Amino acid sequence: MTAPELEVERLEAAYGASQVLFGVSLAVERGETLALMGRNGAGKSSTLKAIMGLLRPRAGRVMVRGREVTGLPPYRIARAGLGFVPEDRQVFPEHTVEENLEIAERAGVAGREWNARRAFEVLPLLAPLRKRLAGRLSGGEQQMLTIARSLMGNPAVMLLDEPSEGLAPLIVQQIAGLIRTLREMGTTIVLAEQNSRFCLAVATQVAVIDKGEIVWRGSVAQFRAEPEIQARYLQV
Amino acid sequence: MELTELLECVTALSCVVTQVSAGLTIGMLLFLVASGLTLIFGVLGLVNFAHGSFYMVGAYLALAGYGATGSFVAATVLGALGVALLGLLCERLLLSRIYGADVLMQLLVCYAIVLILDDVVKIVWGADFLSMGVPDSLRKPPFVVAGGIVPYFYAILFLVTAAIAALLAWGMGRTKFGRTVRAAAVNPAMVSALGVNTTALYAIVFAIGAMLAGAAGALSAPIRSVVPGAGVSILIESFIVTVIGGMGSIGGALAASLIIGLTRSFGSIGFPLFVEGMMFVIMALVLLLRPSGLAGRRSP
Repeated sequence: MTAPELEVERLEAAYGASQVLFGVSLAVERGETLALMGRNGAGKSSTLKAIMGLLRPRAGRVMVRGREVTGLPPYRIARAGLGFVPEDRQVFPEHTVEENLEIAERAGVAGREWNARRAFEVLPLLAPLRKRLAGRLSGGEQQMLTIARSLMGNPAVMLLDEPSEGLAPLIVQQIAGLIRTLREMGTTIVLAEQNSRFCLAVATQVAVIDKGEIVWRGSVAQFRAEPEIQARYLQV
Repeated sequence: MELTELLECVTALSCVVTQVSAGLTIGMLLFLVASGLTLIFGVLGLVNFAHGSFYMVGAYLALAGYGATGSFVAATVLGALGVALLGLLCERLLLSRIYGADVLMQLLVCYAIVLILDDVVKIVWGADFLSMGVPDSLRKPPFVVAGGIVPYFYAILFLVTAAIAALLAWGMGRTKFGRTVRAAAVNPAMVSALGVNTTALYAIVFAIGAMLAGAAGALSAPIRSVVPGAGVSILIESFIVTVIGGMGSIGGALAASLIIGLTRSFGSIGFPLFVEGMMFVIMALVLLLRPSGLAGRRSP
């Protein structure tokens, strides 16, 4: 059996003295879309940041395609095969759309499939904006740009932090469509989300996180069959 | 003050030509030093108090290179590349450990580098004033423009420094490397998460900044005396330039350098005893009217 694309074992992390992750374990197989669900403050974003090396893990292991990357600087974790789409998007506001993509362009573990031309094919809404400064884009356009930007590194796994946050319903549908397209292309995705409808529309697997620990794991079908999980861990 | 002489000068075209050409050349040399300082601050967030020492070492290396080869081109290349290497060593061994530390820690470490380099220079070249003089191959009759005299070597210096400035602008604005550097100045964590080796990027940017100071030191060696501690006055002038231009802005540093260069050249006629003071007056005025400098966005 080949190693999962991304495997996280008993990951612990803290902001200063306050611990936020208490042993998170996850595994994502090739081609799956895993939705990491949980309430605000449950540890979704922290999990993605700790995987990416932006929040230094205190204990535990992160493996990308069987290679351990725990504690490495973010650029080495990115080069091992992870693409990151941060929660607050973090486009480079004074660079154009095209330049945002150019900075991220590199041959990755998944080869050299992605370039700006291909990104504009998959995200046709961005194409006419290529010369525009990223800081002048709408929230939805910026979200598409950050997704396209992380594709430029040809990652094995994409980590998306709250991709639907703060966007109008119509835009959320477009982002959901984009994620499904990427999944159909064989991209492996981990999605941290509060919006359960969005998650169920795009994910194949679900992991529920609460107080820095994974409390439930299963397929989307299993998740739908257990409404009490939703009631206990997701509703406010 | 000799304000009447200044008035006579600005009303005579020949005097204006001479002073403007001198001012632009002084300004461009200052720009090379200040642009390195502002580049390092803008990208690494480090206030490099050792920058003047890099300028001084560039001048000494040029002197040694000129003595050994008799070629001013070789001397300048040696000064620039030697200081780039020196900068790389300082960054890797010392300064990379204090990124994000408070400014007092940065001051302390940089001041240590200043003291060490001053002593190294004294041990190798002695404590006396040395002078290189304008190289024989560049001793040619001056240009005469509208009755004003433009020394041949000054014209060469202006062209070389302008070419370096243009190369810098092209590199920062038109290449993938430059765009990545500008993105890293704004959001280094995101740039790293996209797979860019920011550790190497910082080291390269620091080496480029140091190289600019080294090149300026080498190019100035023929027209200034070369002496231990020569870095202090150019460091202060460079700080004035980066404050007037806006910390982190290369375009602002260019404008400010030319303003200071012209102030120096006209000031030497009109208020020779108050040239240094006038630079501070200009800085104070800019700070009053535009606290973040001519082109600055972030405060120092």
